[in-house]
Amino acid sequence: MGYNNYIYRKLDWWLIITYLLLVFIGWMNIYAAVYTEEHSSIFDFSQRYGMQFVWIVTSFLIAAAILFILNPKIYSVLSPPIYLFVLLLLFAVIFVGKEVNGSKSWFVIGPVGFQPAEISKISTSLFLAYIMSQYGFKLSRLRNAITVALILLIPMLFIILEKETGSALVYTGFIFMFYREGLNGWILAFGFLSIFLFVISLAIAPFVAIICLMVIMALLNGLTSREVYKHLAFVIPLTLFLAYLPKILQMEFMDFIPEIKIEYWVLGIILPFMVYAVIRAAKKRMPHTKYIAACFCFSVMFIFSVNFIFNNILQPHQRARIENLLGITEDLKGAGYNVHQSKIAIGSGGFAGKGFLEGTQTKFDFVPEQSTDFIFCTVGEEHGFIGAASVIALYMFLIIRLIILSERQKDKFVKIYGYCVACCFFMHVFINIGMTMGLVPVIGIPLPFLSYGGSSLWSFTILLFIFIRLDLERWN
Amino acid sequence: MNRKNILIAGVLAVGLILILQLFNLQILNEEYKITAENNAFKYLVRYPVRGLILDRNGNILVGNKNTYDIQITPIEVKQFDTLALCRIFSLDLEYVREKMKEYRKNRRKIGYQTITFLKQVSSQQYSIFAEQAYKFPGFSGLPRTSRNYPFNAGANLFGYLTEVDNDFLKRNPDYKRGDYVGASGLEQAYEDVLKGQKGYSILLRDVHNRIQSSFADGEYDIDAVPGEDIITTIDGHLQQYGEQLMQNKVGSLVAIEPSTGEILTIVSSPGIDIDKLANISKYYQEIVTDPYKPMFNRAVMSAYPPGSVFKLVNALAALQEGVITPESRVSCNMGYHYAAGKKVGCHAHPSPVALTQSIMMSCNAYYCDIFRDILDNKKYGSVSEAFNRWRDIVTSFGFGHKLGSDFPAELGGNVPTTATYDKIHGKGRWKSLSVISLSIGQGEMGTTPLHLANLAATIANRGYYYIPHMVKNTPDSAARARFNERHYTLVDTTHFHKIIEGMYLAVNSKSGEGGTARRAHVDGLDICGKTGTAQNPHGQDNAVFICFAPRENPKIAVAAYIENAGFGGTWAAPIASLLVEKYLNGEISRTDLEKEVKSWNLLRNVPIKKR
Repeated sequence: MGYNNYIYRKLDWWLIITYLLLVFIGWMNIYAAVYTEEHSSIFDFSQRYGMQFVWIVTSFLIAAAILFILNPKIYSVLSPPIYLFVLLLLFAVIFVGKEVNGSKSWFVIGPVGFQPAEISKISTSLFLAYIMSQYGFKLSRLRNAITVALILLIPMLFIILEKETGSALVYTGFIFMFYREGLNGWILAFGFLSIFLFVISLAIAPFVAIICLMVIMALLNGLTSREVYKHLAFVIPLTLFLAYLPKILQMEFMDFIPEIKIEYWVLGIILPFMVYAVIRAAKKRMPHTKYIAACFCFSVMFIFSVNFIFNNILQPHQRARIENLLGITEDLKGAGYNVHQSKIAIGSGGFAGKGFLEGTQTKFDFVPEQSTDFIFCTVGEEHGFIGAASVIALYMFLIIRLIILSERQKDKFVKIYGYCVACCFFMHVFINIGMTMGLVPVIGIPLPFLSYGGSSLWSFTILLFIFIRLDLERWN
Repeated sequence: MNRKNILIAGVLAVGLILILQLFNLQILNEEYKITAENNAFKYLVRYPVRGLILDRNGNILVGNKNTYDIQITPIEVKQFDTLALCRIFSLDLEYVREKMKEYRKNRRKIGYQTITFLKQVSSQQYSIFAEQAYKFPGFSGLPRTSRNYPFNAGANLFGYLTEVDNDFLKRNPDYKRGDYVGASGLEQAYEDVLKGQKGYSILLRDVHNRIQSSFADGEYDIDAVPGEDIITTIDGHLQQYGEQLMQNKVGSLVAIEPSTGEILTIVSSPGIDIDKLANISKYYQEIVTDPYKPMFNRAVMSAYPPGSVFKLVNALAALQEGVITPESRVSCNMGYHYAAGKKVGCHAHPSPVALTQSIMMSCNAYYCDIFRDILDNKKYGSVSEAFNRWRDIVTSFGFGHKLGSDFPAELGGNVPTTATYDKIHGKGRWKSLSVISLSIGQGEMGTTPLHLANLAATIANRGYYYIPHMVKNTPDSAARARFNERHYTLVDTTHFHKIIEGMYLAVNSKSGEGGTARRAHVDGLDICGKTGTAQNPHGQDNAVFICFAPRENPKIAVAAYIENAGFGGTWAAPIASLLVEKYLNGEISRTDLEKEVKSWNLLRNVPIKKR
């Protein structure tokens, strides 16, 4: 070991206990989800819960190795080669991987399969931490920004090529780490705004999205220049007018007007006001107005491309899942089946749940993929609101604990890595649980520590325990 | 706020959103819990046996027989010998092919479900099918019961069962598609008693609708509760005999036990053929288009003029009002002459007549005379007032309103009021002569055959009646109380024996003495009766006869009303008397008369409205 044993007294038991709890909860719920009376022993290795036990034990061994054997210095040093090696794997798997459920992301060696995309989260986190902790690195510098963007985008691209879009989506979570490291807040805000506008454009209409955008921009401008009432007095009548514009245009006396898309009308009416606002702001030196104006321009472009993105870039099954989530189509037997059954299972749990192994929806396979991506259903059905809310609380605790510990780091590498870990968990938890409850479109990614599968359990364990080990270094 | 706190706040916000949605799904929203039950449980219905309908002696009038519904699970059906299936159930080849095509078309909608292929297959056919069932994978039999009728009688009383329709289901959520429900007669009126309670077995099924197991080893299964039996007051044998007598006649035959008001027999002819009742849907069109309206229960729904039998009521009213004595005589010269060239006609009989002879010979003049005495009674200030008194007496016999029997469709008939005549003649501008036809039961009077049978029972009881009814063990306690109550008329008991003598003589007088109902005479039975011949604007007169027997301690009171027949004494009296003889003696001595009555075909006298 070569290190003073006393520092192990400083291990962060909060994280370790949370980890152990979640792993145990996962194992019990996999048992409940797969349970049949013929194979009632939880150690029956022909069943998933038996196998999960194997994965859990091996994960513990890996965790122990990370804590006690491996030198924590290697992560920073070895992160570039590891990153490159994993990139190679990600690339190779596109050609030699085994196809599972339409995606080519699995290496199968004998009885064991593993997904490079899972490891790639670790290697990318480490490499990002390595690059960003270099002396003189500044996100605001274009060169540096492009470097980190590439570090992120290359594995994402490979993963998308493997048709594992869900896993690729997790990488967008690193934006929160970037934000912590000085990314302009406007970019983060623009990200959220885009999601919002995307939903409005699809679920209602693009022109409504433009009106919303206008209102938001005007309010922001008003807030930042402390003229919010003035802005409101101007925005409300304009909004009402625009909202009725399609009706007005349909009236008979408007027949002489040539038919062009309603979005252009709206835009044409708004634009003079925007130009006026920008000029006025420039004169009065309102610092945020340039961001607001940029945001507006990008958003408008984005709104006009929503339909294109939706119809031409997304895969048909992704389209179906989004349409289903937004209630544009209702197809309870097809694309909406999983989520509908999942909501039924969770909903039927009630306040206290039906009890361990008593879930009827769980037992009779109403929810597909229940031991993997939809494991949260079993928690919801058998343990009710109390159980499911506790699990959510545990995850929130885990993530917040990670953030708090990251903030305490003296070593920038560890701090950034800690934030990366927190971002990964956050994305997985939010997308997975949101999906089972119909808040997020169906994206097939596992729930950390709870979902069945060695590959994911191992990689989440490694991800977490590297941080726990690195955290110890601050006592050295 | 530094960025770390913003991020922590964001994480907490997302956690809150997740928990709120969890709260929404698990606590606020009931929909998912209900759907979950439907998902996992399958309730297999256990059908109860419908209650029997028994006659007064415990004979089964309406029973059950085992039938089977043949069910099909289309997804399990493989190639099979269509022709063999058709042979077993005597089906049309085309019909089967059509059905199979339909299943194929709707296979997505049907999925793993089992649906009904054929209804009410007899147990004989089913046993043939069961032997060869292995040849027809996907077909199975579900035991059901359907009705059978050991007596060839009473179809109109019992009513029939129909499969519930959408409309009914909307109003009665306890019923499920495919259930049967009483749609007329007793089956309808006593649906709640007869139907019993469905039970169910709870089965668990998986996502493919495959049955996995019985839930909790059947701990929560519920057995079906059989329906309760209905004990009627009908005498099955007598009912059957009555229907035989009424064959090929249009009209009604009603028999009541006077001491209880229990209806022994109630025939409406022509009625529904009992053989068609169990399978009514097949014959429904034929029955509703029958010009003789077999569904129409004339015995309680037709309001006829009572004709001369109503003279009994007028005689009793006159005695009660004291305007005549039994000895007062009225002369009759072929009718009642009330103005130059105007008369109410009468037939040839010895004259003058007193009360007894007037009933025995059914003298019209006598009743015109006494009816005018009643209305022109000086005791009352005006004709209207006297008329109201008369009307009170008449309605006290049950006329002019529903008797309150257990026939939901019963009609009340009509007894005119002063308002009726005020309207016709003008207020105060009518006299006793204006309404003279009421004296002989014509004019604005409407009475059902049930009313007339009740009149016979009232006279048999010397002044009171029990409401005629047909079910002994009705669960409706108010109805039971109603049926156990004596209803006295406004006429004193002492007056009845005076007219009963006349009724006795009408049947039992010697030949040549002028008794109108001598054809009703049966040795030793002391039948007392009164004939009537009611004018029918559509063709021949209606023949009416009411009677009871024996004279002391009467056991049966009968009304026979035959449309478009002729004299009551000729046509109605034999029918009623045969029924009485059958009931009291158990056999018929007058076999020639019985044969003759059965051979009468009066249907052709009945004018049919062209459709």
